[in-house]
Amino acid sequence: MSFIVSAAPIDVAALRRQMADDTCGAFTSFEGWVRNHNEGHRVRRLEYEVYAPLAVSEGERLIAQAREQFGITAAHVVHREGLLELGDCAVWVGVTAPHRDEAFSACRFLIDEAKVRLPIWKKEHYVNGDSGWVNCERCATHAGAG
Amino acid sequence: MNTIHVAFFAAFREQAGVESHTLQTAATSARELFDELRALFPGLEPYANMKYAVNDEMVHADHVLREDDRVLFFPPVAGG
Repeated sequence: MSFIVSAAPIDVAALRRQMADDTCGAFTSFEGWVRNHNEGHRVRRLEYEVYAPLAVSEGERLIAQAREQFGITAAHVVHREGLLELGDCAVWVGVTAPHRDEAFSACRFLIDEAKVRLPIWKKEHYVNGDSGWVNCERCATHAGAG
Repeated sequence: MNTIHVAFFAAFREQAGVESHTLQTAATSARELFDELRALFPGLEPYANMKYAVNDEMVHADHVLREDDRVLFFPPVAGG
């Protein structure tokens, strides 16, 4: 399995079917959705910028690390890029393993590390017309002034 | 002096006003190069948790630069 950057909507049911494996007693997944608010701002939509060459190679490295660290059978991560609307699935993580403990742990590890290690940036577009890069507060000021 | 190609992403691209730039520089590390670029692009603001990549590999700020390297500057990431 692998790490994929997708410009198209994520087909969660299809991804889940691909994970099917008779040797596994556990499947865990995580979906990150576009939320309508953040830190007191009403959010209208999100924009993801991804530097794909490195996001994919680092993402594959993360998955390999998860397999080694938790002894899982397989893991797959899909991350969206481009403009997303409220409720859209922005990221999907799926993990299979013989037992649930390692599946839960690896799933948590993968989403937590993906958020801090991969070259992916999230720009929030607010209902009031402003916008700002998440984790980059001063940039919101620039955008508002622009 | 080395010829170095740089690329800016997300907030850095907006602050610099350009996606990429090529320059002759005496900067020996990725961090030194960023400091030099701040003089060229005054809008650039350093972040404690910014990241660097050279030739599509993540590197530390003190990574030594070589002729014709492609240096990528990443502002704080926020996937998921």
